[in-house]
Amino acid sequence: MAATSSHSVDLSQAMNVDPTPLADWLVVMPVVWCLLAGAILLMLRKRTELQASIGIVALVGLCLLDAALLWRVLEEGPFTMVMGRWLPPFGIAFTVDLLGAFFTMTSGLVALAAGIFGRDDVDSTGRRYGFYPFLLLLMAGVSGAFLTGDVFNLYVWFEVLLISSFGLLVLGSEREQIDGATKYAFLNLVGTTLFLVATGYLYGLFGTLNMADILIKAPELRQTAPLMTLVCLYLLAFAMKAAAFPVNFWLPASYHTPKLVVSGLFGGLLTKIGIYALLRVLVMLFPIERAELGWVIAVLAAGTMLLGVLGALAQNDTRRAVGFLVISGIGMMLAGIALGSPSGLAGAILYAAHSMVVMTAIYFAAGIGGRVSGSFLLSRSGGIYPSHLVLAFATLALFLSMAGLPPFSGLWPKVMLVKAALDVGEWWLAGAILVTGFLTTITVGRIWALAYWKPRAADAEPLDPASQKVPMTSVIGLGMLTVLTVVFGLWPEPLIAISQDAARGLIDTSSFVLSVFPGEVPQ
Amino acid sequence: MEALFSVLVGALFAVSIYLFLSKHIIRVLMGVAILGNAVNLLIFTNGRLLREVPPVIAADEYTLQQAAANPLPQALILTAIVISFSFFAFLLVLGYRAFQELETDDTDEMRVAEPADEEAPPLGY
Repeated sequence: MAATSSHSVDLSQAMNVDPTPLADWLVVMPVVWCLLAGAILLMLRKRTELQASIGIVALVGLCLLDAALLWRVLEEGPFTMVMGRWLPPFGIAFTVDLLGAFFTMTSGLVALAAGIFGRDDVDSTGRRYGFYPFLLLLMAGVSGAFLTGDVFNLYVWFEVLLISSFGLLVLGSEREQIDGATKYAFLNLVGTTLFLVATGYLYGLFGTLNMADILIKAPELRQTAPLMTLVCLYLLAFAMKAAAFPVNFWLPASYHTPKLVVSGLFGGLLTKIGIYALLRVLVMLFPIERAELGWVIAVLAAGTMLLGVLGALAQNDTRRAVGFLVISGIGMMLAGIALGSPSGLAGAILYAAHSMVVMTAIYFAAGIGGRVSGSFLLSRSGGIYPSHLVLAFATLALFLSMAGLPPFSGLWPKVMLVKAALDVGEWWLAGAILVTGFLTTITVGRIWALAYWKPRAADAEPLDPASQKVPMTSVIGLGMLTVLTVVFGLWPEPLIAISQDAARGLIDTSSFVLSVFPGEVPQ
Repeated sequence: MEALFSVLVGALFAVSIYLFLSKHIIRVLMGVAILGNAVNLLIFTNGRLLREVPPVIAADEYTLQQAAANPLPQALILTAIVISFSFFAFLLVLGYRAFQELETDDTDEMRVAEPADEEAPPLGY
């Protein structure tokens, strides 16, 4: 039928007539790679002896792709690829800027550490039920969320990573896990549904879902459209994903229940996706509304960081204490978002990257420690230090990094955040950050003193020699992340520069818009 | 038509939030099912409601001559339906497993992961 039509159609109005340059494919490669590797691993799920090797090789490949992506963005700035060669805003665009590339790289490294750590942490039953496929599909969701330039597509990647996280969370099906997963699943479902509601309204108001297109249309629509309502909905949805106070209670109910490697992965990556979405949608797309809501976010930030650390202080179980420390860290990042200044945002971005690495490593370390001493409870463990010197010192380094003490990577983002808060006269927010740091030091100091330093009580059961051997893969996984936090604590300049550039890219969006619409005049 | 649908969407949201406030997993599950439909209808209403007007541009035209329902929200809903359906299926199984393992569907009694009688951390070294 179409052939008989004499109508000639000018495709260049709606499509890229030239094929997409090969180099631009790089922006979708992390996602494609993870989906492919996940599918292959799923087909081979009965070959449990192959799962770990293929999974680790795939994650190394992911890290190389992420590094190439970061390198290209550092060299040339943001770039875009549109699906199906439709011109934006008709096609779904993947746009990577420095923020997305930096977070993708960090998450790739964390996933690699988890993949290595998981080799011996997950038994062959866990592997047959799909630990590695779920890990790869989770990374597809995480990378997709960091790289997409379309709001509805961001929602889809949220769902991809959420479904994979359900699979990982219930792996093993212990009673505890079922209990934790129930709360995690229902509350996260409400969070993503709120995200979908807001996105439905966003389309209703703007008639587009492309982020660059929204940036172009927002100034005009701001006069009439109820953008503030929209932004409040987004704030609630993403705060729920990020586990910000007062919608944080699903996290301490569930994060300590799954396998150690899964706890580490979740504590490192999942809450940071909420922070990333806040940075992308609130800070980049709706800066004026975010500035209006600045004090609300600041109060939430202070509440999150203080209540998080107070919760950690009240825990007897180290894994649950670490869960509360994750929440406390979210408060730090929210403080940067509340300030909204370039230095505050840079602090939040650097803190997020630091927190991805360190929170994962702390879960790993606490897990190995608990296994060695036979109990995760502070009241029953102790005496790890004499027999496991290196583990004890690695854990101490991670704890001090978490508390923000030099010479580890936690110091620098906190310095940036405190300075940014004082620059705009928000002394109480700076005070909250410092008090939280002090309370964190007490919390981690107590955990270390009781579980590692204190000699074993005379009536406690003696250390079981069989459980004392720490597998090599656990050492490598934990060691990798510990080395990262030490190196970037001693040599932070490159990361600080990247964070500052990424923050500038969120405020001055012209290069982001130009990468999607090359002809557009920057505003 | 849009006004009518808006009221319907509001009612569905109210019902699902009411069900969410229950302590029983089975009611929360029904809330989840209704919430998914409420959101889908919300997006559907956003895309203009018109019957029997195909959004097809005639051969000698360049734009649509009459208002038609926007097909894009409908495509979004298709995605959202698939996702909410799979979520609901997963939650149904999870709720059933929780009932089997924990022998309750009252969320107040689900204290395996966070035991109520947990001992306090040691107060001295």
